Amino acid sequence: MTEATFDATAVSPSNARRDFIVRLRSSAEYIAIPVFALVVSALLFSLFLAAIGKSPVEFFELVWRGGFGTAFSVQNTLQRAAPLILTALAVAIPARIGLITIGGEGALVLGGFASAAIAIPMLDRVPPLPTLLIMAMAGALVGGAWVGLAGALRHYRGVNETISSLLLTYIGIAIMNFFVEGALRDLTNPNKPSTKPLGDAYMIGKIPGTDVHWGLAAGIIIAILLHILMTRTTFGFAARITGGNARAALAQGLPVGRLIVTCTAIAGACAGLAGFFEVAAIQGRANASLAAGYGFTGILVSFLARHNPVAIIFVAIMFGGIVASGGLIQRRMDLPDATVLVLQGLTFVVLLVSETLYGRFAIFKAATTSDRT
Amino acid sequence: MSDNTLFIVFIAILGGALRVSTPFMFVALGECLTEKSGRVNLGLEGTLVLGAMSAYAISYHTGSPWLGVLAAGCAGSALGAMHGYICKLPKVNDVAIGIAMMLFGTGLAFFFGKAYIQPTAPRLGSIPLGDWTGNAQLATALQINSLLIIGILVAMAMSWAFANTKWGLIIRMTGDSAPAAMAMGVSVDLVRFLATTAGGFLAGVGGAFLSLYYPGSWNQGLSSGQGLMAVALVIFARWDPLRCVAAAFLFGATGAIGPALQSVGITQGYYFFNAAPYILTLFIMIASAGSKRASRDVPGELSITK
Repeated sequence: MTEATFDATAVSPSNARRDFIVRLRSSAEYIAIPVFALVVSALLFSLFLAAIGKSPVEFFELVWRGGFGTAFSVQNTLQRAAPLILTALAVAIPARIGLITIGGEGALVLGGFASAAIAIPMLDRVPPLPTLLIMAMAGALVGGAWVGLAGALRHYRGVNETISSLLLTYIGIAIMNFFVEGALRDLTNPNKPSTKPLGDAYMIGKIPGTDVHWGLAAGIIIAILLHILMTRTTFGFAARITGGNARAALAQGLPVGRLIVTCTAIAGACAGLAGFFEVAAIQGRANASLAAGYGFTGILVSFLARHNPVAIIFVAIMFGGIVASGGLIQRRMDLPDATVLVLQGLTFVVLLVSETLYGRFAIFKAATTSDRT
Repeated sequence: MSDNTLFIVFIAILGGALRVSTPFMFVALGECLTEKSGRVNLGLEGTLVLGAMSAYAISYHTGSPWLGVLAAGCAGSALGAMHGYICKLPKVNDVAIGIAMMLFGTGLAFFFGKAYIQPTAPRLGSIPLGDWTGNAQLATALQINSLLIIGILVAMAMSWAFANTKWGLIIRMTGDSAPAAMAMGVSVDLVRFLATTAGGFLAGVGGAFLSLYYPGSWNQGLSSGQGLMAVALVIFARWDPLRCVAAAFLFGATGAIGPALQSVGITQGYYFFNAAPYILTLFIMIASAGSKRASRDVPGELSITK
């Protein structure tokens, strides 16, 4: 132990270079193992498809074509990646402080509903831009309060945050149904219980030159900002210490409760914003379609990205493609829409199994141990 | 509200509690067994749904609902065995695996279940317990399924076995202190693997009740969180099988409030009452998480309460 500290303090050029290589090697591990897990789950899923008499080659071809093959499908993919980035951040930020929350779906639904509800009295009275800003704030606040509640219950009452956040998801969906099928139901729409439509003038536009709404840009910017927050600020440092060892953080006098509530509230706000964009850019109203499973896919995205906000952007785009190709796969291969769910569940299991591989391969760490012994 | 309406609501809640509680009971007993051995399986929601689907499919193909129940148990133990095997690998988080198994189980169930949404499968029969009352409503409410009785018997057997048998002692020891179990020459991984597999079997049977008795059909919205609530219920029941049964009845009654009120024409707040079991679970978790009694009864190796 003493030798190690000595090594670290003795700064010489060769040491600096060696440190760089060590870091490179260990971060290569964080990319190589998830990629390996993805390949293994693709293989297992191919076996699954072959076992039920479907062609795996055709499947992955269709995923490529439906998700990334044409300009249209790429835009469709990016459209779906936008909420996935935000719901994945809703898992990643609490994960940094050591909590596993899975309440993204509920925060998305409730945030989307809140933004649609607050817009109703403002339509045709307030100009679109301030309306949208207030809607976004309402979505983020309600979402933040929702997951923040799970964080507060965890810290102040010792309630397991994984279970409580999922319970809050069910409660959130029930609250939305309560209003959408009752007080706030748009009676002119007999097909599906919904709130009053926003109308075209109040919808968020597309990013110029594309068919993708602004939610994608917002998601990417928020991901980068949160990455900076978690890695380059005192707050992020304190949060990561708490995630590493909450007792040590308490002993250091860190405000653990406040850190936990803030992190979970940020997480909920991200998911709430995802709901806002779904309402203001896609659906135009709040209804049961908000609970489309983005919150659950976001959990997988965050774990695959190892809870790194920047990596989340890329993984979210990949899974956006898989989700986007679902319809094409359903039509062409006569597979149920749950096929994508099976693929996601399988990938999640394989990915978590692959956690056991960390530290097993000498190639990722050879330099440190051999030098210092 | 007249006395008669109150009576109808009361009976509807009683009947609902007897019907709705069974899946809670089975999942809670399964989770109780798993948690006693020191591991948490959050994936029982997925097990419940896959169990419901397999039971319905097998009952449809063979014409025998009891074969369906068996199939549900087998599907559940397969998921449980998967969970139990994966968790013994180093550096694998059992809570995260539970979430993954939840998504995987529901995914599989929806995938294979698509073909069974339309057809009608033979369902489990019921035992008329209330014919002696001479009251038609009471008689309907007291029609119960044999799975309810089996569940209560399993709970009693588990409670007795934990206290009085060698296997019960081994499971409790593994749950309280893995080093102690290892010192006694017990394979901790094997005990937990078996406990998770058996727990999965019970949860799968709970699913069979959903699709083969009440509500008695298979669709994708069949279970919305019952499996998860049952996991929370185990904490409330402080890892005691008999208290799990009592808690399951409480949850069943809460879940039955909405439909009971609807049956006498009160539809206002239907969605609120739909959410009642979730809210009750949350409050119960808040109340029981910090309590001294819960922290005395908790298996020492459990990650979920730390």
